[in-house]
Amino acid sequence: MLRHVTNRILGQGLRLPATPAAVGGSGLPRMYHERVVDHYNHPRNVGSFDKNDEDVGTGLVGAPACGDVMKLQIKVDDETGKIVDACFKTFGCGSAIASSSLATEWVKGKKMEEVLTIKNTEIAKHLSLPPVKLHCSMLAEDAIKAAVKDYEDKHSK
Amino acid sequence: MASKHLATALHRSFRKPAAGTTLINRHSLSTATATAIEPLEEDSNGVTMKGVKISGRPLYLDMQATSPVDPRVLDAMLPYYLSRYGNPHSRTHLYGWESENAVESGRAQVAALINASPKEIIFTSGATESNNISTKGVMHFYKDKKRHVITTQTEHKCVLDSCRHLQQEGFDVTYLPVNPDGLVDLEKLRESIRPDTGLISVMMVNNEIGVIQPMEEIGKICKEFNVPLHTDAAQALGKIPIDVDKMNISLMSLSGHKIYGPKGIGALYMRRRPRIRVEPQMNGGGQERGIRSGTVPTPLVVGFGAACELAMKEMEYDDKRIKALQERLLNGIREKIDGVVVNGSTERRYAGNLNLSFAYVEGESLLMGLKEVAVSSGSACTSASLEPSYVLRALGVDEDMAHTSIRYGIGRFTTEGEIDRAVELTVKQVEKLREMSPLYEMVKEGIDIKSIQWSQH
Repeated sequence: MLRHVTNRILGQGLRLPATPAAVGGSGLPRMYHERVVDHYNHPRNVGSFDKNDEDVGTGLVGAPACGDVMKLQIKVDDETGKIVDACFKTFGCGSAIASSSLATEWVKGKKMEEVLTIKNTEIAKHLSLPPVKLHCSMLAEDAIKAAVKDYEDKHSK
Repeated sequence: MASKHLATALHRSFRKPAAGTTLINRHSLSTATATAIEPLEEDSNGVTMKGVKISGRPLYLDMQATSPVDPRVLDAMLPYYLSRYGNPHSRTHLYGWESENAVESGRAQVAALINASPKEIIFTSGATESNNISTKGVMHFYKDKKRHVITTQTEHKCVLDSCRHLQQEGFDVTYLPVNPDGLVDLEKLRESIRPDTGLISVMMVNNEIGVIQPMEEIGKICKEFNVPLHTDAAQALGKIPIDVDKMNISLMSLSGHKIYGPKGIGALYMRRRPRIRVEPQMNGGGQERGIRSGTVPTPLVVGFGAACELAMKEMEYDDKRIKALQERLLNGIREKIDGVVVNGSTERRYAGNLNLSFAYVEGESLLMGLKEVAVSSGSACTSASLEPSYVLRALGVDEDMAHTSIRYGIGRFTTEGEIDRAVELTVKQVEKLREMSPLYEMVKEGIDIKSIQWSQH
């Protein structure tokens, strides 16, 4: 009896479906946007510069108690005022990692005044962050500003 | 034993896709009329859902959330869906009589597992309903004399929510704190008992951290003060030996889908000597001794009974096996990475529940990388609010460690291969995230994280 039932169940399971299940793609609610998953799996610019270096500005924002800490570092060319390189390290959820990774991509090659205009809403829109994750993009914007401020503090002394 | 091997083989064949084809999906059954609301995109390259693409179905290591139905249980249930589909309360024909017989033998099987009489088992829709009946039903019945309830801070949400409801109605509730290892402090329990205490509710095995409470000692205290003891044994049934007389339990909530039974069924044990009375929460035709009206779902009861009988036979074997798998998992992870903390007592713990915190790594990002392993987390980002799990907070876990916890659930059908793969994936993801973590970097440089002034957001 058990074997009979087993064969029936297994037999039905292994039968090939006539047509593959056709499914509508873009109308479904997604939890993570593809870009967030992409940044998570292939993060750009993870790393560290020497924070005592003259050309480096370091922004450290967030708190472990909130579950998000971002460290964003920029390397600035003194003469032109342009950011030549950037790197980040983040303790946080997938959206936080993606936001900071994206931030390092966007600041590269821009002038310091320019990057101060990067808004968290732009980051959030690019990554399609849901409302509950908007604070991750805010933190990324804060990290950029903190890094620039740190560099300027070093050079005003 | 042969049936068990067959069951495991069946179970595994369900999970492995046949070469080059897709898994069992709804379309293969000609009787399927309903289509899924959010269908998976399945092709021979893998599965895509919610923006995540993985090859094949994930390994299931979330046994505390629910468990797969044992094929032997499904076997027992099918006739009651297809041919013996009578309503057990129909008194006038064979369909009703055979259905009633099936319900009564299911009842006896459940009772045998907890050393109770079948007359003391009431079937409900699940442990949540049983918890509701126990807390609100008891207190409403005795509301003239008893106005106080004692429970713990680590109880299941349904118990805590029922107690909150009672508070709004004017009852007093004491939420006992727990020690850092998750166990209730017996002295504090003793001190908080008042003359008008109507119920003490302590869950036997915690669903998040797997800690086993000292039920016999708590039962002794309750007997001394003559207060009814209610316990939520949804995670404990069939996994650790339960004896309602030894533990002096008056009310116990049981759940079917945690012990390889069907979803949608549970039971409430109500002691008859001395009798505990409750006010019914479901009114109607007076089924289940007037405590819970509504047609008793025969196939679900039969499944629950079969699952309990199997659990009784295989408890010892499963326990040994699961303990070995848990050690394999923990040692495998500890060998490769440091900074791993086990949440909750390591001695008084159910082996199938392993709740780990990985320092300097955040829980949701770890889960995102562990898409090929189905596990659960106590981290803030995974709940709707930004608060980490209340159970971990009650243990006194630091906020940043509470964000990093992962709960692995090991069960009857978990294999060594799955554990090894889970270890491999976990280690890989944790190492990758630690590379990305500024906290880990600071610790390696020798900075004490706790001394830093963070800029609060």
